Amino acid sequence: MKISQKDVENVARLARLTLESENLQVMTSQMDAILGYVDKLNELDTDGIEPMAHAVPMSNAFRQDEIQPAIGIERALQNAPAFGDNCFKVPKVIE
Amino acid sequence: MNSRYEVVIGLEVHVQLTTKTKIFCGCSTEFGQSPNSQTCPVCLGLPGALPVLNRQVVEDGIKAGLATNCQIAPRSIFARKNYFYPDLPKGYQISQFELPICEHGWMDIETEELGQKRVGITRIHMEEDAGKLLHNEDNSSSVDLNRACTPLLEVVSEPDMRSSEEAIAYLKQLHQIVVYLGICDGNLEEGSFRCDANVSIRPWGQKELGTRSELKNLNSFRFIKQAIEYEVERQIDVIDEGGKVVQETRLFDPDAGVSRSMRSKEEAHDYRYFPDPDLLPLQISEDWIEQVRRQLPELPEAKIVRFQDEMGLPAYDAGVLAAERRLAEYFEVLVQLYNKPKICSNWVMGEVLGALKEKNLEIVDCPVSPELLAGILLRIDDNTISGKIAKIVFEEIWQSGKTADQVIEEKGMKQVSDTGAIEVIVDEVLAANPGQVAEYRAGKEKMMGFFVGQVMKASKGKVNPGMANQLLKKKLSE
Repeated sequence: MKISQKDVENVARLARLTLESENLQVMTSQMDAILGYVDKLNELDTDGIEPMAHAVPMSNAFRQDEIQPAIGIERALQNAPAFGDNCFKVPKVIE
Repeated sequence: MNSRYEVVIGLEVHVQLTTKTKIFCGCSTEFGQSPNSQTCPVCLGLPGALPVLNRQVVEDGIKAGLATNCQIAPRSIFARKNYFYPDLPKGYQISQFELPICEHGWMDIETEELGQKRVGITRIHMEEDAGKLLHNEDNSSSVDLNRACTPLLEVVSEPDMRSSEEAIAYLKQLHQIVVYLGICDGNLEEGSFRCDANVSIRPWGQKELGTRSELKNLNSFRFIKQAIEYEVERQIDVIDEGGKVVQETRLFDPDAGVSRSMRSKEEAHDYRYFPDPDLLPLQISEDWIEQVRRQLPELPEAKIVRFQDEMGLPAYDAGVLAAERRLAEYFEVLVQLYNKPKICSNWVMGEVLGALKEKNLEIVDCPVSPELLAGILLRIDDNTISGKIAKIVFEEIWQSGKTADQVIEEKGMKQVSDTGAIEVIVDEVLAANPGQVAEYRAGKEKMMGFFVGQVMKASKGKVNPGMANQLLKKKLSE
């Protein structure tokens, strides 16, 4: 096995996903298969080939530092489950 | 300095850039506006919205790198730093991990204790800021995303500092540089220049670093110093009691003067960085770097040397005048108008800075411009007014904004250089103080100061003091 059930649990927790135990087993074997495929790719000799950072062979897409209109507070908040005083409201975050 | 342990400090500074817009969208970065009034689909993290890099942020990054002797990476990429927090709408922060824009830099800092010392700069990378959280009474928190996506440069030092003094010297110098470069407003309280300190201790002679703790929430140079010193003492106590320092993040509470562990965030430190597919790689050509290099202002270190070498100023004066870019500019304009640098320096450091400090103003708000000040100095030179009267003229100009010539004319402050007129006053003073005259003639030469003072007083400061002195000497030896 490339990956343990514990690793999958950990990744799920970091991604805020709740996996039931059967699901966890299915995910573990699927992820193991994916990593196995990556291992297969690793058999290729890639020495001297620059790692690809992006699928598109382009670079330097810039904007100039010019202000564009904001969308407005009302529209910014319209999809929020809760809001008030021009802010999004969330359950209290304790530092 | 502790006799048993060596202190090791590395610093991470978040420099908020002064660009007009955010790093990945065109929303304004202006401080203090209504919550969420400066937002758009990109900085709100709405699905499908795509970030586009602000070119100015890259230029500011190159500037910071050049000013701190970094290598500017010809190729650099953005990465996603994944964690969940309500001030981070996308669930990840766009930052740089592998291939940051600048690496391998250094700064020479100076402390009284050790003199000059080189501190390594590991890297500088570009990233977006998170939003702001406000905690309410009713068990809720409010999220304002105006600050979300504001451009930051994170400057990471090597663990090269060995005392809180060195840490502060490094921070002050970095602060001075980014403000000089015009890429940061340098306001610590508003969070434009934020520092995290990694602090550890180790027995003298040990090579490996001790376990470090990371101090956060340090928003003034004084707090940073306090927090580091508190942390060093705390770690020594832990070790002396047979314990082990644990790696953790600690929040400094300036009111209580102590730091507290923030264990809640510990387990989230697995950020699973990966290249952000929404952003193309960045290529920075030699031409671009050279173009930015040519735009760099003269930095304080170079200015201090030039003020001493070319203008003959003492090191102290040069340091004070070069500390702030605007002040240095004021001084240099003044020297162009009145080419006696040391006299200019005395006036700027004395009258100008004194008055600004008293009125709690910045140099840009100084009502006496270099032109107006030069006007005063020229009138001292041609004996129209004495140095003492000049200070009164300065105050008048500060109030009224008039020129020196106008003030001197209107207030009748012109110095009396007419021998006959001065002689009359001198005679009066000598006649009124026969006792002191006798003392002087009996050998008490210190009385001369008294006589000059009396003459100045009688003339309301308008007599040329040099001439008064001469005449007094002559009369008293008759």
